[in-house]
Amino acid sequence: MSVSPAEVAVVPDTAMPHARLVGVTRVFSRRGKGEDIHALGPIDLDLKRGEFFSVVGPSGCGKSTLLDVLAGLATPTSGTAEFEGRPIAGVPAGVGAVFQEDASFPWLSVTDNVAFGLRRAGVDPAEIARRVDYAIGFMGLRGFADAYPAQLSGGMRQRVCIARTLVMQPRLILLDEPFGALDAQTRLLMGDELLRMWRETGATVLLITHALDEAAMLADRVGVMSARPGVFIDIVATGWDAERDSRIVSHPRFGDLTGHLWERLRVESLKHLREG
Amino acid sequence: MTREGWIRLLVIAAAVAALELACRLGWVPVTVVIPPSAMAASLVDILASGKHWADIVISLRSVAIAAVLSIGLGFLVGAVIHAWPLVRGAVEPLLASYYAVPTFMFYPVFIILFGVGPAAIVAIAVLLAIVSMISATLVGLDRIPLVLRKTARMMHMGPASRALLIGLPAALPHLFTGVKLAVAYAFIGVIASEFILSGAGMGYAIAYAYNNFDNREMYGLMLLIILVVTVVNTGLDAVDRRLQARLRR
Ligand SMILES: Nc1ncnc2c1ncn2[C@@H]1O[C@H](COP(=O)(O)OP(=O)(O)OP(=O)(O)O)[C@@H](O)[C@H]1O
Ligand SMILES: [Mg+2]
Repeated sequence: MSVSPAEVAVVPDTAMPHARLVGVTRVFSRRGKGEDIHALGPIDLDLKRGEFFSVVGPSGCGKSTLLDVLAGLATPTSGTAEFEGRPIAGVPAGVGAVFQEDASFPWLSVTDNVAFGLRRAGVDPAEIARRVDYAIGFMGLRGFADAYPAQLSGGMRQRVCIARTLVMQPRLILLDEPFGALDAQTRLLMGDELLRMWRETGATVLLITHALDEAAMLADRVGVMSARPGVFIDIVATGWDAERDSRIVSHPRFGDLTGHLWERLRVESLKHLREG
Repeated sequence: MTREGWIRLLVIAAAVAALELACRLGWVPVTVVIPPSAMAASLVDILASGKHWADIVISLRSVAIAAVLSIGLGFLVGAVIHAWPLVRGAVEPLLASYYAVPTFMFYPVFIILFGVGPAAIVAIAVLLAIVSMISATLVGLDRIPLVLRKTARMMHMGPASRALLIGLPAALPHLFTGVKLAVAYAFIGVIASEFILSGAGMGYAIAYAYNNFDNREMYGLMLLIILVVTVVNTGLDAVDRRLQARLRR
């Protein structure tokens, strides 16, 4: 049997960026009820296959809007967005997202929440059970498999959403402040779990966070955004090796990194404060 | 049972005992109110003789039909209005002031349209009940978090499965508030209409007993209606509590 051209095209081209944004902007039209809101861009961004990219920026600068564009939930007002070489139109297969707001389904138990997407996709039940069990253990929800979201803390619900996304085995994982509801210490430990997951799956990760230390510790590269309309004013390579964990916070270069990020962000955050 | 539950039971028991005492001591003449014990005895007679079974069935059937119609149509109308923001903006004030209108005054219209009988009764009950379901549907659909719709889209769900598997369960606790109200209004609509629009049913039986100075039978029937409504409402409350428990704090 000969190999069809379609199958050949599936072989990942390592030189090609995994996701690419060129001149992407997003403007919210208010249809005559006041000025349009220029929320984002223009943004140019190449995400390398398998890299861990972090985004920091002042509140309201368009981070979530950027995630919506990559997830195929919002179309850019101008510019182009691609995933695995194809233009993003609708949600691409192989992209998973965890949103800033709690998106757990309150009418389903933790197990059913995590299994929801797999059941929709018609995955074999034994395989669903295996993957769900693994993800629940991985996210530290073992004792809560039968609990409902209303019985969980905000941080735990967010972990349910992460587990629900991971079981789909996405090649690009988009995370919007997933640890926002956690205290600083738990956040560092969850960061370790995230790094472990990233190494295990080889997925490309884009993590939005407002915690500079989190960005500096987790990411291969950190993109710093300006105040709205958000553009990348700096992209910093951290230079950590893949086997890193939260202990690098005591590395001398870690302080330099967060210091540098704050330097770039301070001015932008002040703008946000002044303009409201 | 909770402490509140016990106190509640105590309050009811005290009120019943006070009424019993007042009647027995002759403070309240039996031509006005009969003692609760006599009401209960009358109720037992009514049920044992079976002479009102047909009335009970007719009333409950009308209530069930009116409730199902109000809930189904109310949900549909609510969903359509919700999908149409311009229309919604126009009609929402009307819905809000709807219950200021004494719906029962329209009873002659319904007699002309449906004649005297169950159809006119169900129509009045639906008219009374449907708006509470429409309002609850609007609230329920408003309360579906946007992020759940995004999540469904990430799972490549189409509009139909999104509505059915995400929208409906997310809105259900709020929709159920409408269901409870619709059932309550259906009872009010049916029993009250039977006084004037019917030759059968529990409402008619009460009016008939009243016109024949049969206080014992009248109070027995009233007690029966109170018991039926309490049972139905307790059942709906149990479902409601389960649904509300799932809502986030
Ligand atoms: N649907 C919308 N319609 C109008 N304006 C919007 C809409 N969504 C977002 N915006 C505006 O676009 C800007 C960027 O919003 P976005 O949510 O992307 O910011 P963010 O960086 O994620 O903020 P935060 O740090 O608070 O999460 C904000 O000014 C916001 O008010
Ligand atoms: Mg955001």
